[in-house]
This record gives sequence, C-alpha cells and structure tokens, in this order.
Amino acid sequence: MPAPLIKFYQTGTFTIGNRLLDEEALSVQADELRPNVLTSGHRACQGCGEALGARYALDAAMRAAGDQIIVANATGCLEVFSTPYPESSWRVAWMHSLFGNAAAVATGIAAAMKVKGRPNVRVIAQGGDGGTTDIGLGCLSGMFERNDDVLYICYDNEAYMNTGVQRSSATPPAARTATTPAVGSQPGNSFGHGKSIPLIAMAHRIPYAATASVADLRDLEYKINKAMRIHGARYVHVHVPCPLGWGADPRDTVRVARLAIETGLFPLFEAEFGNITDKTSIRHLKPVEEYLRLQKRFAHLFHSGADQQWIIAIQEIANRNIREFGLLAEVSHA
Amino acid sequence: MFQIRIHGRGGQGVVTAAEILSIAAFLKGKYAQAFPAFGSERMGAPVTAFCRIDDRRIRLREPIVEPDALIIQDATLLHRVPLFDGLADSAYVLINSTRSFPELALNEIAKPLLPERCWTLPATKLGLEHVGRPIPNAALLGGFAAMTGVLSIDSVASAIMNKFSGSVGEKNVAAARAAYGLVMERNVAHAEAS
Amino acid sequence: MLKQVETSRAIAETVALCRPEVICAYPITPQTHIVEALAEMVGAGQLQHCEFINVESEFAALSVAIGASAAGARAYTATASQGLLFMAEAVYNAAGLGLPIVMTIGNRAIGAPINIWNDHSDSMSMRDAGWIQLYAETPQESADLHILAFRVAEELSCPVMVCVDGFVLTHSYEPVDLVTQGDVDAYLPAFEPRQVLDPADPVSIGAMVGPEAFLEVRYLAHHKQLRALECIPELSQEFRERFGHASGGLLRTYRTEGAETIVVALGSVNGTIQEVVDDLRREGSAIGSVSVCCYRPFPLAALRAAIGEAKRVIVVEKSLAPGIGGILSTDVRTALSHTSIPLFTAIAGLGGRAITKASLRGLFKGAEAGVLDALTFLDLHTELIQRHLERESKRRRSGPPAENLLADIRLLAAQIG
Repeated sequence: MPAPLIKFYQTGTFTIGNRLLDEEALSVQADELRPNVLTSGHRACQGCGEALGARYALDAAMRAAGDQIIVANATGCLEVFSTPYPESSWRVAWMHSLFGNAAAVATGIAAAMKVKGRPNVRVIAQGGDGGTTDIGLGCLSGMFERNDDVLYICYDNEAYMNTGVQRSSATPPAARTATTPAVGSQPGNSFGHGKSIPLIAMAHRIPYAATASVADLRDLEYKINKAMRIHGARYVHVHVPCPLGWGADPRDTVRVARLAIETGLFPLFEAEFGNITDKTSIRHLKPVEEYLRLQKRFAHLFHSGADQQWIIAIQEIANRNIREFGLLAEVSHA
Repeated sequence: MFQIRIHGRGGQGVVTAAEILSIAAFLKGKYAQAFPAFGSERMGAPVTAFCRIDDRRIRLREPIVEPDALIIQDATLLHRVPLFDGLADSAYVLINSTRSFPELALNEIAKPLLPERCWTLPATKLGLEHVGRPIPNAALLGGFAAMTGVLSIDSVASAIMNKFSGSVGEKNVAAARAAYGLVMERNVAHAEAS
Repeated sequence: MLKQVETSRAIAETVALCRPEVICAYPITPQTHIVEALAEMVGAGQLQHCEFINVESEFAALSVAIGASAAGARAYTATASQGLLFMAEAVYNAAGLGLPIVMTIGNRAIGAPINIWNDHSDSMSMRDAGWIQLYAETPQESADLHILAFRVAEELSCPVMVCVDGFVLTHSYEPVDLVTQGDVDAYLPAFEPRQVLDPADPVSIGAMVGPEAFLEVRYLAHHKQLRALECIPELSQEFRERFGHASGGLLRTYRTEGAETIVVALGSVNGTIQEVVDDLRREGSAIGSVSVCCYRPFPLAALRAAIGEAKRVIVVEKSLAPGIGGILSTDVRTALSHTSIPLFTAIAGLGGRAITKASLRGLFKGAEAGVLDALTFLDLHTELIQRHLERESKRRRSGPPAENLLADIRLLAAQIG
C-alpha cells in the first residue's frame, strides 16, 4: 500500500514507530491536538469497531479539510450511541435525518455549500451496512451517479446491530443473527452471492472507491486522506467488527478484523473511476476457520456433528477473493 | 360566457389549440380559461380540451358540458366518441374533414343546428400545405374565427405568435389565415344564397 | 404583469422570484411542468445562484432538500400522489427538524387503483406531519401562495406545502398577475436560519430524544402551528399591501352574511361552488360558502366565526377516510363542537370525477329541503356498486373490483346505446 511505510528500529515491540517518523507521516491520532471529532463519553459498547473506525476516519477527514467538514449520518448504532439528547459526542457540524437518506442529505448539504460559494467546506455521509447496502442504496446510487461532491463512509459490521443483530445484505453466509437463527438444515444466514457495495460503487465509475479496516488504521487514515483530496462522489467501506453482534471478545476487535483480511474474506483495495488501482496483499495467509472460531455467530459450525461443508463453502469465498483480487500475488516470503 | 370544446387525438395539438384560443381572448381584454381533460393517453388516443371566454373573471371549473362551439380535429372520432353531448341548437360545429356533413353521416346531428354554423374544413391538408406537418389545429382556429366571429383572425394570429415564436409561428399563422379566408368565402356564399 | 399562462408556469416563475437556492426534482404527474419550467430557467441562467438537482426518487428529493435547508439554503421541491407517500418518512422528518422547505403538491388521487387525476387524498395523508398546508383556489393564488409560503416557513422555521389541484389548476391556462422581483425581494428577506450546519459553529441536528423531552419537542411543533394561525393573516395582509391583490389568509367567506346554509371546501372547487351560490341566492336561498386556505394549522376560531348562526353546514371534500367518511368534515365538526348546527359531508371529485354545478345544486337544495344524508357520495353510480356487491355475494373468487367495474360500465353503456 502507498500508506507511509513504518520501519521499526527496535525489536520486540511495536511501540516505537511514531516518534521517529517525519512530521507529515505521523498519524492524525498520534497528535495530541487531533480533532477528536467523536469525543469520549459516547455510549458505544466496549470494543466497538464502528466507534474506532469513525473516530479515525473523521479525524483524518477533518485534518484533511482544515476542519471544514459537515457530516450527514444515517440512523444506526453510530447515530444512537453518539447523540442521546441532550448530549452529543460530535465536535463537528453533524446531522442525522433518516435511515435511508444519508447520501441524499449530504448531496443537499453539498449543493448548499456550492451555491453559497463555500467550496472549502467538505461533506461526508456515513452509515452502517444496513443504512448503506440495504435501505440507503437508492440514495447512495443516486449520489454516485450524479457524482455529487460527497465522501460516503460505510462502517460495515455485517448486520443490524442497533435493533438487536438482525441480518442485513452484508451479513456473511452461515452467520447466526436474530433473523437467521442457527437451526434447521442450513443454519445461520443463507449462501447467496453477496452484495459488494464497493464493486457497485465502481460500476458507477466514481473517482474513488476503497475498502479499509480497523485492523489497519494507518491505511484507513491514508485512504480517507486520499479521498478528501478528490472531488466528486467517493466511497470508503470500512470493516468494523461488532463484539456484541459477532459474539467476539471486545479485546479481540482488531484481531478479528485483521483475520478477516488475512483469510481473504475482506479484501483491501482502492479503485479509481471503476478500475482497481491498488490492493493490500495478504502477508500471512490464514484459513477461514481461524477467523470463524473467534465469533459465536459461527459457533454452530463447530458443534460436534456439524456439517463441514459450510466451512468449506466459506473458505471457497475467501479463495475466490484471493484469486479475483490477486491478494497473494505479490507476497514476498522474505 | 362562450364555451368551446375541442376533440381530437393525442399529438394533434388539441390542448395547444384551446390554449391559443384563451390567449387570443386574453389579448382582446377578455377573461379566458383553457384546460385539458387528458389523462395518461399517448399519441393517437382521444383527447378533449376546453376553453371558456367571458367578460368577467371565470370561477367555474367543471368540464364544459354545454358547449357553444365544438371543434373536431379528427373525423375518425365521429360515431365512436360522444362528441355532440350537451350541444345547444345555436351551437357552432367545425370538423376537420374534406367531406361534408351528409357524407360524414351527420344529418341527424346537423338537423337542429343552423346550416351556416356547421362547417367542415380540410384542416390537415392546410396544415401540410402551410406548416409542413399534418397538424390541423391552427387552420381550425382560423376557421373558428371566421365561423363564429367570437375572435378576430388578427387576435388568433397574435396568439399563435405568442405561443410559437419565429417561422413555426408564422407558418401556423399562414394556415390559420388560409382557413379563415376559405370559411369567409363560404359565409359570403351562404349569405348570398339565402 | 398580467399574463395568460399555464398555472404550472406561473408557479415556476413565482418560485424563481423567491430566489430558491436548491431545487430537487423527480417527475410525477401532474406537478412535472413546474420543475420542468424551473430546470429551463436555471439552465438558461434566468434563475441564478440555484442548484437544480435531478434525483432518483421522491424520497431523495425531499432528503436533498432537508440537507440543503439544514445547511442554510432556501430549498424547494414539488410532488404529488404516490410521490408524496414515497417521501412520507422525510415529510415528517423535515417538520420534526423544523426546516423551512416549501413544497408544491399537485393534488392527485392515491392508488390502487392507479389514477392520475385530481383529489386531495395525497396531501390529506400528510395532514398530521407538522407541515403548514395551504390550498390554492385559483391560478393566481397558486402562484402567490408560494411567496407567502417561503415567508411563513422561514418566519416560523416550519415547512409549508402549497396544495394546488392537479390538472384543474396546474394545467389550466388563465390570466395570472405575475409579480415583480423587486416586490418579492422587499417582501421576502434573505433566509436567516434558526439552526444551520456550519463548521465554524458546529451543532448536532437530529439527535435522538427519549421520553424525558419528546413530549416537549412535539408540543413545540404544535405551538409553532398555533403561532402560524396568527402569523398567516398578518403576512397575508402584508402581502396584499405589497402586491396589490389578496391571496392566502386562513379562510375566505363568500356571501355568508345571513346565510342559513354554509358550504365549506378546500381549493379550486370553491369557484364552482360560488357560481352555484350566486344562482341559488338569485332564487332566494340564504346560502354562502367558505374557502379554507390554511388547512394546517386548522383555523377553528375563524371558521366558527364564519359559520356564525347558520342552520346547516355542508362540507364538500375531495378525500375520503374509509370507515368514517370525511376528513375535512372532522375538522369542521371540531369547529362546531359548541353548537348544534348539523353538518353534512359530501365526498366529491375523487380521482378526477367532475364536480358539476348541476350536482352541487342538487346537493345544496337537498340540504335545504332536509333530505340530505349526513354522508353523501356525490354522483355515486349506485348501479355499479349493486352489481359488484351481488357478484361478491355469489362468487368467492369475484375478481379484481376495478376491472369488474370497468367491464360493467361498458356493459351498461351498451345497453343504453
């Protein structure tokens, strides 16, 4: 990835990097004067991947835009845990309208800024996977198609967590949710063909689309920063584990997210105008089982007597991603 | 109040004809109201439009049920659609056709009406001749002016130019004036005969 | 300047004079001519400093307007019928957030059965959404109300719907006195939002509110509507002084002095009602009518005063609440709650059914003669209803009602012919 490469000069620890980096290569979060757009005191669960992702993403966007940003937020966990009246954790001009219209609201804000001659004010829309891949897809596609000057960030935790973990079109196959219980002949979510919003975004040939993960926060910052330097419709899809919904230990959020990358289940890539321009190669390829075992939503796959074909089928999905995105092509074994 | 009902098919400028009549009346300092009764019909489907002309503000918003004049832009509607409903004996009827009332099997309809108020006019032909398209509406409006005297041909011409600018407007005016001349000749002939 | 013009065009030109900054458009009959004309004006540079956005749905249209308005821009859109229902969630949201958006409704029926013609089912379905609703009676008022709407909306920080009868008004070509830019600028000051998304002074708009304050937030929405009852007459008066003709207000009375029978209605049908009132007055009937312009907030006190000592009230309404009857009637009944004045409801003009002078005359005469039912369906084709009910009683699979009724109409017409 073109994110600044950090060389570690001390062995046995990962704590050294930032002090030795150049000023411009420092992460936004390394700065004690970081914008802190989503400030502490909000009501997210322990280990919330979405809160982590949103803080990094918006701080990076804020820094990139010289603090001149306005955010439109879809209904969902992020909106609910950050703004129970009369408290707000947002240190940014922020608006929540509805579940399915964040992209359209952002279009309206961008139009207002344009007509008022304030091109320096940048507009961000954000939502979870439900607000993006399901109910908000119409508005999102409209915003892409018109190439409105909006960066849309999706925090994908693979189900409707706010309402109590129900299936969304981003829920992976076999995952147990409240509406895809682990019972019957095909326990958990069905095996469909999936729905990739990054690929749908690319089909609109928007200037920039990328995937990112809370497992690689510097890469997330880099991609947001890059997206902010471009005008027109942009999309960043961030993988954010949900300890509650996934049945994972809160301390394992980043670990689980990293395994999603290293198994090939969540490919990291960038695309410009519909063409993939870069991807993150897998450094240490892991079997999907290692990822699945950390999450109770897949526990039924490991019960005694469970049909092994489901794990094999999930491994097939990972293998297909590895093939299609060439995730192993440039791995050096040095 | 003078009420005009126009029947035709989608694409023949039925609604536009009613609007032009209303503009012509407006330009003469009258109050006028034109409105369509169309729906989701496409090209070729029956369309009706209405125009009311009065010396005072028009409040009435019902469709025209008792017209003082009827303009039929498409003779293929005859005997298929109830065109003559609510027609008073003093009403005017102008039909776009090269044939006469008897030839169109309209003797029964014409019987109570005054003969000098029932005309057919080759309006499609005039449209082709002057506008270059088989659109009968402008010619029929010229014929209407001549037949009824409710509007002068000059105000119809101004209204056409108000609706269509440039050469399109001028061509439509030419069609209207040609039709006006034709009907005026017949008026004279009729007056001499009777 | 007086012009013979299609009402939709007059509305568009008037909206343009209000200097909207963001216009969102999605096509739906019969409002489409309005946004088409605005697109042309923006494209030709006649309307400047305005973003015209073609969106992918009505839901997006109002959502874009919500974003624009929250960011401090004067926002406008137009819709009708199914479109209004498709944006219903955003309709409530705009009012809840207190965003002064102005939206034209080209009033049209709601399906099924699908129907593109005029009635008031669409705007009635949103009557409790918290928007102010103004109903235009004439082409002139259809244009004028938009100026008043922006002024009232921004004064109160509350969205306003201008309801214009589809086809009957939107597609009518009539004389309209188009006002001047100078007068509109003098009447309608620049938009000064009460709340705005501004990076320099960041606020959170649309936060979650729990039981501890939700009632209070809703009360304030009601309070705002009550303030509109005072504000609309004042601003309508100012409108009259500025533009030289009257439009808007809460309601208008027509020959109600000494009237024993008073007809109440919304929108363009009032013109036809006034014609019938004149005829009946000539014949000696003591009859008058009230055109309600401001339906939300509902002018209870003004209507009560207008009805005065009348002996009966007839509500002619273009909407139906199946299971109870009238919708406007329910509001009028509230206004009459301290009296014993009998109220009659006539459901009329649904789905574009023509409301004729003859039918209204029969209706009013029936009320005067004491033979009118409390709930009447004007010009209801009872034979069609009978046939369908018989069919249903005979066969379990009686088929789709709409298709059956159309078949019956053809059959009955053939018998007559």
